[in-house]
Amino acid sequence: MKNIDSHSHVRGESVFLDDIPIVQGTLFACVFDSPVAHGKLKSIDTSEAEKSDGVFRVITAEDIVGENQIGGIIPDEPLLADGEVHFAGMPIAIVLAESEELARKAAKKITVEIEELDPVLDPRVAVANGDLIVPPKKFILGDAQTAFNNCEHVFEGRTETNGQEHLYIETQGAYAVPMENGAIKVYSSTQGPTAVQRAVCRVTGLPMHQVEVDVQRLGGGFGGKEDQANAWAAICAVGTQLTKRPVKYALHRMEDMRMTGKRHPYSSDYKIGFDKDLKIVAYEATFYQNAGASCDLSPPVLERTLFHCTNSYFVPNVTATAYCCRTNLPPNTAFRGFGGPQGMFVIESAIAHAAEKLGVPAAEIQRKNLIDDGDEFPYGQIAESDAITSWTQADSKYDFAALQKEADDFNASSKYFKKGVAMMPVCFGISFTKTPMNQARSLVHVYTDGSVAVSTAAVEMGQGVNTKIAQVTAKVFGLPIEKVRVNTTNTSRIANTSPTAASAAADLNGKATEMACQAIIDRLIEVAMPLIEAGTAEDVTFEEGFVHLRGERTSLDWQTLVMDAHLQRVNLSEHAHYATPGINFDWGTAKGHPFAYHVYGTAIVGVAVDCLRGRYEVDYVKCCHDFGSSMNTAVDYGQIEGGIVQGIGWMTMEEVFYDKTGKLRSNALSTYKVPDIYSAPKEIAIQPLETTRENLAVFNSKAVGEPPLMYGIGAYFAIRNAMKAFTACSPGFDAPFTPEKVLMHLYQPEEASR
Amino acid sequence: MIAFILNNQDISTNLPTGQTVLDFVRYRQNLKGTKIGCREGDCGACTILVGELVGDEVKYRTMTSCLMPLANAAGKHIVTVEGINPEDGSLTPVQQAMVDENGTQCGFCTVGFVMSLTGFCIDDTAKTPEMAVSSIDGNICRCTGYKSIERAAKSVCRQLAVGGKQFVPKRFDKIGARLEALRVGPGQTRTANRRPVVGGGTDVYVQRPDELVDTDATHVFYDDALRGIRDTGDFIEIGASATVTDLLESPIMQSAFPDLYKHLKLVSSTPIRNMATLAGNFVNASPIGDMTVWFLALDTEIELSEPSASAGGQLRTLKLRDFYLGYKQLAKEPDEIITAVRFRKPGSEFYFNFEKVCKRTYLDIATVNTAISLHVETTPGEGWMPPVLSEPGAVAKGKLSKLDHFITNAHVSAGGVAPVPLYLKETSSFLIGRRINGETIEKANKIIQAEISPISDVRGTEVYKRLLLRQLFRAHFVEMFATELTEIAES
Repeated sequence: MKNIDSHSHVRGESVFLDDIPIVQGTLFACVFDSPVAHGKLKSIDTSEAEKSDGVFRVITAEDIVGENQIGGIIPDEPLLADGEVHFAGMPIAIVLAESEELARKAAKKITVEIEELDPVLDPRVAVANGDLIVPPKKFILGDAQTAFNNCEHVFEGRTETNGQEHLYIETQGAYAVPMENGAIKVYSSTQGPTAVQRAVCRVTGLPMHQVEVDVQRLGGGFGGKEDQANAWAAICAVGTQLTKRPVKYALHRMEDMRMTGKRHPYSSDYKIGFDKDLKIVAYEATFYQNAGASCDLSPPVLERTLFHCTNSYFVPNVTATAYCCRTNLPPNTAFRGFGGPQGMFVIESAIAHAAEKLGVPAAEIQRKNLIDDGDEFPYGQIAESDAITSWTQADSKYDFAALQKEADDFNASSKYFKKGVAMMPVCFGISFTKTPMNQARSLVHVYTDGSVAVSTAAVEMGQGVNTKIAQVTAKVFGLPIEKVRVNTTNTSRIANTSPTAASAAADLNGKATEMACQAIIDRLIEVAMPLIEAGTAEDVTFEEGFVHLRGERTSLDWQTLVMDAHLQRVNLSEHAHYATPGINFDWGTAKGHPFAYHVYGTAIVGVAVDCLRGRYEVDYVKCCHDFGSSMNTAVDYGQIEGGIVQGIGWMTMEEVFYDKTGKLRSNALSTYKVPDIYSAPKEIAIQPLETTRENLAVFNSKAVGEPPLMYGIGAYFAIRNAMKAFTACSPGFDAPFTPEKVLMHLYQPEEASR
Repeated sequence: MIAFILNNQDISTNLPTGQTVLDFVRYRQNLKGTKIGCREGDCGACTILVGELVGDEVKYRTMTSCLMPLANAAGKHIVTVEGINPEDGSLTPVQQAMVDENGTQCGFCTVGFVMSLTGFCIDDTAKTPEMAVSSIDGNICRCTGYKSIERAAKSVCRQLAVGGKQFVPKRFDKIGARLEALRVGPGQTRTANRRPVVGGGTDVYVQRPDELVDTDATHVFYDDALRGIRDTGDFIEIGASATVTDLLESPIMQSAFPDLYKHLKLVSSTPIRNMATLAGNFVNASPIGDMTVWFLALDTEIELSEPSASAGGQLRTLKLRDFYLGYKQLAKEPDEIITAVRFRKPGSEFYFNFEKVCKRTYLDIATVNTAISLHVETTPGEGWMPPVLSEPGAVAKGKLSKLDHFITNAHVSAGGVAPVPLYLKETSSFLIGRRINGETIEKANKIIQAEISPISDVRGTEVYKRLLLRQLFRAHFVEMFATELTEIAES
């Protein structure tokens, strides 16, 4: 089953935000943003901009009718700077003009007087200054302090992971259109239509029923449009409210890169203790999360770091502490994995560190410590684990020892090219860790011609959620998929939505859709029974557009039945509500059962490093992955391949670079590099994990969006292993492993210049 | 007035010639299939096909419409996805392959890939899987991880081998005649003294697009007098508007540089190579310009003239290495333009190598790049005295090897290590007369290190750039004299 959008995608006929036909009278917005990272905003001079060609109006904080605030979790994020600027790129003023070019030209004429203050860029400095966004969070299992005393081996160290630019190819944007009685309709490129609606309501002072948010699809999101689409929608809505005209803003790439937050950089400390059999007995980690200038989604991201701090391993004694540090960077935000990858990198580093010191392969330590059924995660949930199964199946399918030997043989005969291999197990919890968010609704209409339309809270951004929703609908109704249309995601049809995030959209909205369809089917069975002389409801099924009786096709087709039902005044629509059962979490004790289930997998990553030049290539990623029972292998394999490459990018070439003044220097595609076609692994092999375990996913088809990204972490350790085959070196754990870092560890750089 | 064919429609417009084709097709013609991803030629979402009448055939190339001025569309066939979509709503073989292999997820970059692959299907390159993938080397996809797109590219390649497929609409057959009717005189003609001068646009439209879009500049990309690659006997002479692709496809260049494809593959991407001109790269004066660094190592000479020189104005020549006075400072009068580039044709025992390292191996700007050309001979010529050299320890044993050779002529250049693309003058003259061995290489590195002055920036720290250039200088010798020199590049 192909992605239902693929036909219109390849013909260029799919509609994205910037493709929506322009309404007459539309004004185009451009933001003037702070040129400095921290300072007191003394004055803003917009007079020249106002006089500029085609300018209709310039808006600053004082013009905002509602509240100048878009912070979702904590109200610490003004839409437009007022009195202070907190990061370079912070919006200060909005220019509205007759065209995009004229708005841009005018914005350049705005001047500000700012008394510069020292920016804080380092999260550890923020902690030292006591500048935390929320109080520190802690997960404790057993007693790590005491356990360390009894350890045979203890290793301590520090790791760094840099941020990651989302680089959705479609930039952020919104288009607000005035409706009657002061209402506003907002088209937005957002993963969170309700979040946009709330932000718009706050800045305009409108009640939620006056604001309709509509999302057709996104040209990529990856978490970057979960919370950070809000500002642009709010800006357009403020413009519309003040001018009574439609206002559109589709950001230029450089505006997007400098004004939006990214994956959180982390600086972390670890301490790991083993017994003589290399079992991990105790683990202590402290995470310093660089949250940027305002809260955004940083606390839940930080929490997921804690949830995944032991990755796929069972550790009986864990103390993990996390700080949400306020700095003068753009507010960092959700990014595929949502803090999980940052947590996993630290324990993988700790294991690599130990392996190096103890002279044993890291894979041996990893294998010995995989979490098993009945083991407890640091947050109290008891594992139903496929960690060992996935490891074993990956190993038996791909033969880690043979791959290692292949690398060793190659290295023995190659002078400058060295190969390295690493294993990367992944365990990722599925559900929003904030339990109330695990709910969804679906609205299904069957029309009298038999066609079906579905609306849910899920936003299509390439992950194929609409395809899965259509599949669920088609399956329950026994219809060909062409009979089903998945509508735009719209807050007037589906209210109070959770964002499309946490890999959970297909689960939550798919389940709600299944329920809605089932309710309609139940009513249709009642209508059908006398028509086909069925004795019991169980005898009636729907397949291939016909009603079946005890498995035999009858002459009663779907369309006839639907019309009959309508004439009998039977409801052909249903709005169903689903809430994930059995999950809970108590932040008082930091214990509970937060995840509906976990996704497990194990990857083997092989790389080749050119030790003359410091470049590298990824030869292969071979993984055994837990799909449950995949509803759509085409979509799911695509998610895995894409996630892996994005994870490799984060670990290798993607380097977010702020200078000492807090200005983004990697501010364009020419200076920030994501993987191109030649950077992708030469081979990605995917083996579905074979398991019969039941799960809470829709039709047992497990969530797939985020977990594969973390296989990419293996690339870091494979590169490190290859380098060690070239020369005795012990590179630290400081991702990304750019070609610069590789070369600098392979040679004595100071000697080169003499 | 600019006249061209857009898909199947005749266009004539009086818009400023500097407006981009991207904005024209999206916002003036409502052809929304062409997407905006970065506006600097780095993502490929806006890739279109540009058909030029060459002889009586239309040659199509892919270009990024975000960097392409309308002027460069004049007399051409501009093709967007709407121009290849089958009218019955079905799919072309390329589109079908992308669907079949699940090569599209969010769909935003997809059309760019479709256009690049379609270009591959109808251009002159070898129809190998390698070249199919190469045709999409300028397209960034953030969703798929590329493997599905790679499978689609290979499927297209197999279909090409079988033949009989319609990759573009039948009406393309008649485009040649229609372009013939549009042809007015010999390509673009230069307008005296109208600045700026724009070639392929790949640098200026990244640096100052807002300024250019309202401007009527002097456009030289399709100026016939500035195109072509000629073998003049002693020299190879290249028109200033020759593109990197022109170099790649030139039999003259291919025979002089056996590793041409391998080296030029490191330079930007297919659509950008189709647009980027040699003179544009030189005049842009970027300290890391790939082609500048390449040609500096060929001891290249450039010819400058006033824009009106096609009507017989003043010409002068100077060495490319004398063209750079300081950061973005050129030995050039404002009204002068480069008209030709020439270098001495390589003789026998000529060695050349180009090295480049960046964060991403392909489709990236160099952190450091370097080129070298050497002439070597086994026995010194008459009257020539070799410098006294201590015998190095690492000379290969056995039959006569390149290690016994003397360097008779050398030119070395490097980018990313100075305010200008740097000709390593001292290093080059040091190498002349030396034997090819580890000692020479290490001594030369010391001279290199004294000649360069890198700074720390987003592409790398100073100390890294110094180390990297040493390594790449070693890599030159490993590449040129691979078997003989396994010992030289010890750490």
